[in-house]
Amino acid sequence: MADSVFAHIVRAPEDPILGVTVAYNKDSSPVKVNLGVGAYRTEEGKPLVLNVVRRAEQMLVNDTSRVKEYLSITGLADFNKLSAKLIFGADSPAIQDNRVTTVQCLSGTGSLRVGAEFLAKHYHERTIYIPQPTWGNHPKVFTLAGLSVKYYRYYDPATRGLDFQGLLDDLAAAPGGAIVLLHACAHNPTGVDPTVDQWEKIRQLMRSKGLLPFFDSAYQGFASGNLDADAQSVRMFVADGGECLAAQSYAKNMGLYGERVGALSIVCKDADVASRVESQLKLVIRPMYSNPPLHGASIVATILKDRQMYDEWTVELKAMADRIISMRQQLFDAVKARGTPGDWSHIIKQIGMFTFTGLNAEQVAFMTREYHIYMTSDGRISMAGLSSRTVPHLADAMHAAVAKAA
Amino acid sequence: MHIQQQSASPSADRRLSVLARHLETSSSVAAKQWIMAAPTSSGTQSVFAHIVRAPEDPILGVTVAYNKDTSPVKLNLGVGAYRTEEGKPLVLNVVRKAEQQLVNDRSRVKEYLSITGLADFNKLSAKLILGADSPAIQENRVTTVQCLSGTGSLRVGAEFLARHYHQRTIYIPQPTWGNHPKIFTLAGLSVKSYRYYDPATRGLHFQGLLEDLGSAPSGAIVLLHACAHNPTGVDPTLDQWEQIRRLMRSKGLLPFFDSAYQGFASGSLDTDAQSVRMFVADGGEVLVAQSYAKNMGLYGERVGALSIVCRNADVASRVESQLKLVIRPMYSNPPIHGASIVATILKDRNLYHEWTLELKAMADRIIRMRQQLFDALRARGTPGDWSHIIKQIGMFTFTGLNKEQVAFMTKEYHIYMTSDGRISMAGLSSRTVPHLADAIHAAVTGARRGVTGY
Repeated sequence: MADSVFAHIVRAPEDPILGVTVAYNKDSSPVKVNLGVGAYRTEEGKPLVLNVVRRAEQMLVNDTSRVKEYLSITGLADFNKLSAKLIFGADSPAIQDNRVTTVQCLSGTGSLRVGAEFLAKHYHERTIYIPQPTWGNHPKVFTLAGLSVKYYRYYDPATRGLDFQGLLDDLAAAPGGAIVLLHACAHNPTGVDPTVDQWEKIRQLMRSKGLLPFFDSAYQGFASGNLDADAQSVRMFVADGGECLAAQSYAKNMGLYGERVGALSIVCKDADVASRVESQLKLVIRPMYSNPPLHGASIVATILKDRQMYDEWTVELKAMADRIISMRQQLFDAVKARGTPGDWSHIIKQIGMFTFTGLNAEQVAFMTREYHIYMTSDGRISMAGLSSRTVPHLADAMHAAVAKAA
Repeated sequence: MHIQQQSASPSADRRLSVLARHLETSSSVAAKQWIMAAPTSSGTQSVFAHIVRAPEDPILGVTVAYNKDTSPVKLNLGVGAYRTEEGKPLVLNVVRKAEQQLVNDRSRVKEYLSITGLADFNKLSAKLILGADSPAIQENRVTTVQCLSGTGSLRVGAEFLARHYHQRTIYIPQPTWGNHPKIFTLAGLSVKSYRYYDPATRGLHFQGLLEDLGSAPSGAIVLLHACAHNPTGVDPTLDQWEQIRRLMRSKGLLPFFDSAYQGFASGSLDTDAQSVRMFVADGGEVLVAQSYAKNMGLYGERVGALSIVCRNADVASRVESQLKLVIRPMYSNPPIHGASIVATILKDRNLYHEWTLELKAMADRIIRMRQQLFDALRARGTPGDWSHIIKQIGMFTFTGLNKEQVAFMTKEYHIYMTSDGRISMAGLSSRTVPHLADAIHAAVTGARRGVTGY
């Protein structure tokens, strides 16, 4: 019998983030805590489907006049319009001027990939600058799309905050026209965001060098609890009349994770360009998966277009954001109460689902071994995975890990 | 060109000059050169100004034109989606049932699937295409990953091959689905074709196919339509499949099956999978892209699976790990809803059985339309041999009509179809067959329509 034509294929390493949950599942300890997961958990540690999502879904499925025909290549039209309004603001001049093209994609990843493939094909500069650190999948998405990836300084371990000078220096040294990935809010994995003033300086610098902004907006409304506040950075760039890309995800803010709902918007100088750009986006999407999935986008459109459901959504969204913020406060208070050495204020200064604790790989390994705390080795913890019940255990673990090193 | 008012503000100018001063005192000279109005700042040209408008997709363009037509006798035969006798889209009863079950189950959540998708769905899909008793499955040498319908499965498979397979050329039949060459090219493969359709016979150009595959470089990838070839409806016979298999195995050509119509073509799930199973039965390696768009009517939910049948379980496992590296940077993990519907149906004895009945009903209606159209042309004495209408199989018929005849039929009879002469039988009904037969007859005989104005 002949050999396999795939015999030479090397086993790919397991995804590090997913590996955390694999290890967690194997652990039989009753006090184990999974702080690796990038998905919201309730106080009871359970996944959450928003009430408004269940309602919308029921409505859709009970409507026997609904069919399952192919969406167009660019997806559900309503969904696209409503998504653009959500991120850019209902009164956005860019939308009114018809110079925004929005296409439905597969959550954030899919939106980033389609945007990047479009840029690799049509944009004059093939380099994208991404923050150091950033979500582990970012460099892979861009590289496979055909872009070349460089980094700009972002996180300062010394302050556990933003290395603003480093950021400005690195972007200033980038070639004119280069693409720059910006986390719209709730930077993943650090939770460190620029202030509004800092965003303004970043905007001015980028515009002066013709750097093309590509926003990754995965946490709108989920970070601060306010949809408009979390979109400020994006809107600032659109307000100056310039061009930008924005990848939106509904995975976290609508809890639609597995339904893969997202949108890519490209804000162009004028309507004619936007229209031509859209025609070319179709040529990226069609050979990738033809047209996007119907179900999740229909849920989003149902909610966004209905006044009451939209309001209900904002209330449930704020509740999730508030719970995470309260976990931050509780953890901070707990490590303070234990007199754990060090400045832990970054826990309450950082924003969004994740906290970059500042713990190193050895400390993390210790916490996993001795306290059954599961987290990524870069010291990132998901606040969404915490509850009032488990905060004390985590604080004990951190205290022990830090005291051990001291 | 649109210019925002803000761009001319004195404060912006002030800010720019402050920035310029800042950069004068700091590092690079190069930075200074870029301070002036650059492409993405306001008041300047679009960085996308040079982008050319892409042509409209030809197949979708047919429906666009159809929608614009106000004639009461218009007929859309371009659409590649099933229509009922009433000309309406169909959601299978068993699909509605499964969906209700899922959505009413409040214990269900919407967490991310794993990169490879819903495990049940994958196992059941492999069984469906390869057969529940397939030794390849029992030997654990099949890896199956959930993908976005047929297109997504083809793209993921092709990107995997482009990265890991030693031969980067894929041979596709002439003609084939319009999207095939684009998928493979964007995935990184180089595309060649092999002869397939013979316009003279409106059947298979079998000799040409064997010659072209016979002269392909050893190890090349070959795309095979598992059944119901799109757009021609022309399939090899079992004997011809066996010859194709032997030739391909003798040259180490790697089969990549596109299975978009299992059960939908003949009405039998097993019959429509025979070509695939023949290749798997010889112990060799195979890729298969499965779609549930047509046979479960799940079009817009984008449900499909890519299976790679390998020599042994260890290879299959390593292959799966590498497939994840293709999927993760594309869309991370696949959508949950459609695959859950499929899994619900496939794993339940009763639902599965109901499905096979509804599937057969769709296939039977299409076969009836073929017979009715054939009979109608015969009744009109339309010149030519129209037996290909009942010999071809699946959703589409390659009528053999040329571009001019198609344009005539659109103009005079409001028949919408692709210019290659392909019609979707699914778009026909007993009520509209006579009108189509009239149109074909008129086009072929060169007759002009009896009334003026339309």
